[in-house]
Amino acid sequence: MPDGTLAHADAHGHAQAHHPAHQHHFETMEQQFEASTLGMWLFLVTEVMFFGGLLTAYLIYRIWYPHAWSEGSLELDIRLGGFNTVVLIGSSLTMAMAVRSAQTGSRKGTIWYLVGTMALGLTFLVVKFFEYKHKYELNHIPGPNFQFEGAADAGQVELFMTLYFALTGLHAAHMVIGFGLLSVILWMAARNRFSPEWYTPVEMSGLYWHFVDIVWIFLFPLLYLVDRAHQAS
Amino acid sequence: MSGHLSPRSVYYAIFVALMVLTAVTVAVAFVPLGALNFPVAIAIAITKATLVVLFFMHVKYSSRLTKMIVGMALFFLMTMFGLTLTDYLSRGWFSSPQGTAGAGTQITITPSGGRLAPNTMRPPAAETPAAERAPAH
Repeated sequence: MPDGTLAHADAHGHAQAHHPAHQHHFETMEQQFEASTLGMWLFLVTEVMFFGGLLTAYLIYRIWYPHAWSEGSLELDIRLGGFNTVVLIGSSLTMAMAVRSAQTGSRKGTIWYLVGTMALGLTFLVVKFFEYKHKYELNHIPGPNFQFEGAADAGQVELFMTLYFALTGLHAAHMVIGFGLLSVILWMAARNRFSPEWYTPVEMSGLYWHFVDIVWIFLFPLLYLVDRAHQAS
Repeated sequence: MSGHLSPRSVYYAIFVALMVLTAVTVAVAFVPLGALNFPVAIAIAITKATLVVLFFMHVKYSSRLTKMIVGMALFFLMTMFGLTLTDYLSRGWFSSPQGTAGAGTQITITPSGGRLAPNTMRPPAAETPAAERAPAH
């Protein structure tokens, strides 16, 4: 028998009965939860910088080529972008409610709010797919076939579209990963793994999902709303 | 468990606030404010993100250590934006009357529809906004 198992048995022999999810190197469940939260946030800081690099490129070129940014942005469908913003913020609400259900020990609530969150996430990705498809049909995908007829320089608009695809593509990839995470959480919830004493994975996946929502909160005005007033006038 | 349990009403209220702010940001985008359109859109986005972080992500009820890490994300992001833009925004502010190539170097995509002009070294271009703010010599 491995030594680790023996040590584990000994520790249990001395220690008081504790929650099965409580790991021995943490004093309390609270400390364990705190460590998880802190670790998750540290990861999210790296994610902020990950998107931050692309946003820096976006800022520089927006300053250099304001006209191309204006023209490029007007090519995007504000109705689809707005709809997706509502969908994603709605999914953040259901995610927050899923965490709350786990906190109160409602297995049914956790499951249904997670299903709702995943359904909204999928809706977002389907809308995004049709937006991309439309861009493909218009030859607005950066590359050898890129075409743009407008007042702005085509090469500069291509740069805008490159950043559009890089930013929304990276964001969509995060949505897919989030969807995968929530599938695991849903499976765990269905197997009744969570309780008001231990729901850490639900909370951590929630943090990830909300982060992805925040990224979109910035991407929407940065990409879709660059110079709409110009269009209105 | 140390996790804070917020009443449902808090989540609903935050959701409504986020929806209202989304409507506001779309509406304001169609109002010609000139140079102010961008800062207003960013200010609304920051407000929305703050609401999500504080209430949906429970940072309002988190430990001070967690709050510091969250603030760190903002600090490093602002450092990256700030230090990078001090370079890019200030190019062309100061150039000798002869036009030193180094001061206003900018890679320009030619209006002829061509691709990146390879490392074009040129004096500050007249059409760049930065150049407009150049002090008169």
